[in-house]
Amino acid sequence: MSTAIDAAQMPIVADDPGAQRFRVHRSAMTSPDIHRAEIERIFAKSWLYVGHESEIPNPGDFVRRPLAGRPIFMVRGVDSGNVNVFHNSCTHRGALVCRHDSGTAKVFSCFYHAWSFDTEGELKGVPDRDAYAGGVKFDELGLRRVARVESYRGFVFASFDPEIVDLQSYLAGAKDYLDLVVDGCGGNVELVRGTNEYSFNANWKLLVENSIDGYHAQSTHDTYFKYLVSIGTDLQGGVNGRAVALGNGHAVIEYSAPWGRPIAKWEPLFGEEARDEIDRLRADLATRHGEERAHTMSEVNRNLLIYPNLIINDIMAVTVRTLFPSAPDRVDVTAWQLAPRDELPSLRQRRLDSFLTFLGPGGFATPDDVEALESCQQGYAGGGVEWSDISRGMGRSPMANDEEQMRAFWRRWQHQMGSAADRAGAR
Amino acid sequence: MSATAVEVSRQHVEDFLYAEAALLDTWSLDDWLLLFDEDAKYEVPCNDAPDGNPDTDLLLIDDDYARLRARVARLNSRRAHREYPHSRTNHQIFNVRVADPDGDGEIGVTASFTVWRFRGSKTSCYVGRYRYRLRRSDNGFRIAFRRAELDMTDLRAVSDVAIVL
Repeated sequence: MSTAIDAAQMPIVADDPGAQRFRVHRSAMTSPDIHRAEIERIFAKSWLYVGHESEIPNPGDFVRRPLAGRPIFMVRGVDSGNVNVFHNSCTHRGALVCRHDSGTAKVFSCFYHAWSFDTEGELKGVPDRDAYAGGVKFDELGLRRVARVESYRGFVFASFDPEIVDLQSYLAGAKDYLDLVVDGCGGNVELVRGTNEYSFNANWKLLVENSIDGYHAQSTHDTYFKYLVSIGTDLQGGVNGRAVALGNGHAVIEYSAPWGRPIAKWEPLFGEEARDEIDRLRADLATRHGEERAHTMSEVNRNLLIYPNLIINDIMAVTVRTLFPSAPDRVDVTAWQLAPRDELPSLRQRRLDSFLTFLGPGGFATPDDVEALESCQQGYAGGGVEWSDISRGMGRSPMANDEEQMRAFWRRWQHQMGSAADRAGAR
Repeated sequence: MSATAVEVSRQHVEDFLYAEAALLDTWSLDDWLLLFDEDAKYEVPCNDAPDGNPDTDLLLIDDDYARLRARVARLNSRRAHREYPHSRTNHQIFNVRVADPDGDGEIGVTASFTVWRFRGSKTSCYVGRYRYRLRRSDNGFRIAFRRAELDMTDLRAVSDVAIVL
């Protein structure tokens, strides 16, 4: 990928450590050529989050969803108990074999000619099989698996690249942060029922930046902080912390913030009666993980990017979010809420409450992020300003409201795109 | 005659819903808030779980009165960027069905809605079903519960629910 022939002559990412300047050419957000190259060079060559094992606890449970625009489905094999991820296409003539978003099945039948497959992908039923001559090998016509599937702590990832490194190597420093999120929830997590599926008119990378951007919080989300004040939250101390590049394009900001955390930082929203319960959760974490790690789990917020397009934000609640581009100026977002499995009903209710104040398409913050990113995309249409500046915090130990975490993403992006991320070629 | 014994006509309920829609469409949100009792709820479930229970499931909106008041304050400010400037909206109500008052005198109402939203050059359309519980008051009705269940399978075409449905 990074051979001399493949290297960009006029890179879209202009990284100048000497001058402490970092800029991104805006064609990265507008060019159809760049969009096509991203599908080939990034989304076909990375580990992509498919779903969570808790979505398919029992044999035959399945969910289907597009993965980088390709129809796939994830099913727990009835014989193996494994998580199988298949291309959702009949090996005969191509129709979808899984036509429900979720459910439980022993057999996936193609309604077109009634070929049928079991949960391990094996071709089981072919009407009038005798009509085929010997050249057709039915045992080779099982459902096609996505090239690689691995999971870590219940998070299932797949890659279309058979040669990709194993998942844990890929995750690099992000692995520890996944551990923090899961262990902070008691080690056993599930996705809450109810999904946010929304799209808007901006390049997907703008939402990558926004999801790990501490700098915009105060200005963009003023109405959210006013709401916190109205329920009695103390805003003193503000948002304060650091940004860390985690390798392979992954990055995190970790910081203290005024809002409460269901695990385990009390705030007025949770009510007086919740104080004891939250103290108990906090003490339990200290016993199991030691005071330092318990502090990190309880009082420290994490906005985690797992390159290229998975966001896990462990903030006033935990949200898991994927972003896929359907066009240069269009992003499809799917977001779930992650929570401890078998959480006490009172705790779950507070968690849900906390999530909704800020997050989601009906929350007090997410719609304003959507507005900001669409506004950026509209600004790019003019073409008069060619570069975006992402230099904030260069030359100092990067803070949570700096932009080092975005630079980590963009450096990896430029490297993976190679010659395709070239200003001369991007139209 | 007690309040619950008075027959509730569909026309009275429709008049109330149309008046409420007019308050929303004119962005008279402070007046709209006055229609709610202080123990009221406003809910919008996720598209993939229209029967979502706010105690156990993720909803798009789960406002008690305090949060509803905060939502109104937010939308009235100039810093709810998604709604400043405001959208033009048109709340349309159909298929109104009124149940007999329950033991507490609350009247269950279901109705279909289409909410059109226009902003910049963008057109959005929300389609779904309202579920109300109304209480009789001296000058009409008060809202005890208001829920908007969306028929769209996702929010891809509309991006968000920043307006009041």
